[in-house]
Amino acid sequence: MKTILRAALVAAVATGVSASVRAADISGAGATFPYPIYAKWADAYKKETGNGLNYQSIGSGGGIKQIKAKTVTFGASDMPLEPKDLKAANLIQFPTVIGGDVPVANLDGIKPGELVLDGAALAKIYLGEIKTWDDPAIKKLNPNAKLPSQAIVVVHRSDGSGTTFIWTDYLSKVSLEWKSKVGANTSVEWPVGIGAKGNEGVANNVANTKGAIGYVEYAYVKQNKMTYTNVINKDGKPVSPDAASFQAAAANGDWAKAEGFYVILTDQPGAQSWPIAGATFILFPTQPQDPAAAKEALKFFEWAYTKGGKMAEELDYVPMPPDVVSLIKKEWSSDIKDASGKPLM
Amino acid sequence: MWREAVLPPLPTGAPERKMSPRVQMSADTSSTGKANGGLAVTDAAALVSMPEIAAAGRDRRKVLRRLQLSDSGFRLLTLCSAAAVLVILGGVILSLVLGSLPAIREFGFSFLANQSWNPVTDKFGALAAVYGTLVTSVLAMIIAIPVGIGIAIFLTELCPPSLRRPIGIAIELLAGIPSIIYGIWGLFVLAPFVQQYVEPALIAIFGPIPVLSTLFAGPPYGIGIFTASFILAIMVLPFITAISRDVFETVPPVLKEAAFGIGCTTWEVVRKVVIPYARLGVIGGIMLGLGRALGETMAVTFVIGNAHKISGSLLAPGTTISATIANEFTEAVGDVYTSALIELGLILFVITFIVLAASRLMLMRVQRRDGA
Amino acid sequence: MASIYRTRRRNNTIVMGLCMAASAFGLAFLVLILAALLWHGLWGFTPAVFTEMTPPPGASGGLLNAIMGSLIMTVLGLAIGAPLGMLAGTYMAEYGRYSRLTTVVRFINDILLSAPSIIIGLFIYEVLVVRMGHFSGLAGALALAVIVVPVVVRTTEDMLLLVPGPLREAAAALGLPRSYVITRIAYRAARAGLITGVLLAVARISGETAPLLFTALNNQFWSTDLNAPMASLPAVIFQFALSPYKDWQQLAWTGALIITFAVLALSILARVLARQRVPQ
Repeated sequence: MKTILRAALVAAVATGVSASVRAADISGAGATFPYPIYAKWADAYKKETGNGLNYQSIGSGGGIKQIKAKTVTFGASDMPLEPKDLKAANLIQFPTVIGGDVPVANLDGIKPGELVLDGAALAKIYLGEIKTWDDPAIKKLNPNAKLPSQAIVVVHRSDGSGTTFIWTDYLSKVSLEWKSKVGANTSVEWPVGIGAKGNEGVANNVANTKGAIGYVEYAYVKQNKMTYTNVINKDGKPVSPDAASFQAAAANGDWAKAEGFYVILTDQPGAQSWPIAGATFILFPTQPQDPAAAKEALKFFEWAYTKGGKMAEELDYVPMPPDVVSLIKKEWSSDIKDASGKPLM
Repeated sequence: MWREAVLPPLPTGAPERKMSPRVQMSADTSSTGKANGGLAVTDAAALVSMPEIAAAGRDRRKVLRRLQLSDSGFRLLTLCSAAAVLVILGGVILSLVLGSLPAIREFGFSFLANQSWNPVTDKFGALAAVYGTLVTSVLAMIIAIPVGIGIAIFLTELCPPSLRRPIGIAIELLAGIPSIIYGIWGLFVLAPFVQQYVEPALIAIFGPIPVLSTLFAGPPYGIGIFTASFILAIMVLPFITAISRDVFETVPPVLKEAAFGIGCTTWEVVRKVVIPYARLGVIGGIMLGLGRALGETMAVTFVIGNAHKISGSLLAPGTTISATIANEFTEAVGDVYTSALIELGLILFVITFIVLAASRLMLMRVQRRDGA
Repeated sequence: MASIYRTRRRNNTIVMGLCMAASAFGLAFLVLILAALLWHGLWGFTPAVFTEMTPPPGASGGLLNAIMGSLIMTVLGLAIGAPLGMLAGTYMAEYGRYSRLTTVVRFINDILLSAPSIIIGLFIYEVLVVRMGHFSGLAGALALAVIVVPVVVRTTEDMLLLVPGPLREAAAALGLPRSYVITRIAYRAARAGLITGVLLAVARISGETAPLLFTALNNQFWSTDLNAPMASLPAVIFQFALSPYKDWQQLAWTGALIITFAVLALSILARVLARQRVPQ
């Protein structure tokens, strides 16, 4: 017994000793949506420069909370903070990549891209007003499809997530009833449906339940070849989710005028725009507690903007357009300062 | 040996003290402490037998005082450790209470009566979570108690002796499986199965019956209160079985043989002799299982369906307190949201406290009646 | 008259049949779970799992940093929690066996034992993570220690109470100081049971996920730094199992396989040691 305890103590002390020397360790936490690309970037960056960046996807709300509590170097959120909240918390935010939500369904005989829905119909489905698949509203949009009179099983996220924020923001924009009854947030009070944990949970549920509908991130849909539906956008045209439609949505974003880059890319105009797109943001303190780590983090993002675009596209994200990137870098040099007031970059 | 390290060497020629036979016997027949007990006794006996050596006496007093100090030091150490356990719990409760203050100030008692959980408008109510916690735990116990006691009966009465140990260990292994494994298995293996076969069957069977049809109504989701309770039952089962089996084994064979002797069947012996005798232990095991079921997080989070709503149907999704906290804590933005979650944790703590206190009281009353 | 005997015998047969069915039920689920773990996890059980770090999506890798992080935090949590628990249990069984304090501590301990581990994670988050300003392996280890303490207190007290009184009396009557009676005599007598308690505590914390979520977070890279977020096997499984990437899901199942069989081995070891003590 004593020898076991002694050995354990020695091991503990040994690990503690190894803890003393630490390079500027960048840590980030937040959104689950960009996690795959951040992880891939971090891995490649470490291979190239030897600096590690540890990003943990605890959720957008978590990212906001942790950066406000200053327990991480930067936070990540799919839901942008409003300029007044940014000022109050002494943060700046900037977007990194663009993606979006895609509705997926499980109906016998319906193949990916065969079904078309619009915002109003989606809102009514998620409000519980449209209860079966052969409802006239759906039939009107899909005159040629064979729709069974099956009950619609609504699936949503149980954990708070930026994916939910983008989805509910879109529904709020296309349906006043949704806006007043439910609203938009990373986590809402869903009128109907079951909650599943994570994109995987939603996908699993939809795949296993006949007549189910859910929403998942685009990267996920592509990776798992799910049965997605097309959606009619603001211009009245049905679009499929793919890199082109996401880029069209991103191109319409008015980044230059938005303070704090507060642009939500849902329901954007444009014949080709995917209506349920969104960017994901990084939250950065205007006066970082650990200037060395903060500078390393900014260098990482600079690397990601210049060299990480291809990796993002491989994982089905849309990189930011170059003019937005220069706007972002300008904001870094003007707003992020260290303790003496000197800009970090 | 501590003697050489601690005590000054005794002069040679010290007569061996004759030990009283009783002391010798207890020292010899003591089980594992045999070798050391014997040595210690001899050395201590040798020590006490030399009052004449003054120099050795002074050294001895010094050493004895040091031993006394280390003795009271050890006592103080253990006392502080026991107090530390209290402090830790006190700290947990304090941090929970402090964290819940914003929500308590905002909602007051309506928190317990309100079902809606709306992060957008920052209006929260614990009713759905508390309902889910209680219902899943009670349902899990309803499934697990008969099955657990049944297995214990099997192991003590029916099972061939050679198989008893392996099967017993196998059942206890169920308790060792980490809860996240139960969650993953539940989500990927059990839920689809339940959704495709079990739930449609239940809906079909109970559909025509008026009252029970609402209990088993609804589209078959696969996940929900029923699946979560089922997995909880499997997790709680080994605790009830292990403790019941241990207690069943302590029943004096004379009692059982007397019952068999007058012609009782095995079931009658179990029902009339074994279970009443082992009542206390079985209740203790049930309470332990209930405590585990109330606090289980990971397994439930994956399969409960996470809907903040009280529904009449067991097949509907729901939520429990731990599942809500696990799902939403890292996401929660804003003081009220976070503190509402912490207040949920406080409520869970209080529920566990009440269950434990009630079980203690019940055990005490049963013990008093038994004259124990 | 004969019908009564028939009824009784029939009831007996029915109930005994149900008991056998219950046992089959319990065993069936054990087999189902282990089979699912083996089926999904064995495919990915390659040496790479033990030599490479957790990969980003789309790349192959292993679980080395997670396994190491889990080992470090488990050992540290045990090193902090087990001595504390053992000393507290010693007080309750030896010095304060009939005191009021012991009754209170025993009750409090049972509450802590049944406390949901997520609450303990929240507690350590408020007390340590927010104060320190970052997530850390140390916070994770402390959360595990708080989970270890009640288990060890319970088993220590129970095992020490089983040591026969005459053993202690003999030693005390012949001049051994109380602390030596306890450490040299009682501990040695109860040694197997105490080790069982520690092993059960280890089995319990090895599979804990919830308390680590808000304390140690997780780490993509190799890190033995206690002052930084640390990877752990349950957290990695949690993250990977819910992801869309096939290689991550495979690693999650393999990790689940590793944890389960490690915990099962520890449990069996604990049982074997406990049985050995009984025949005396």
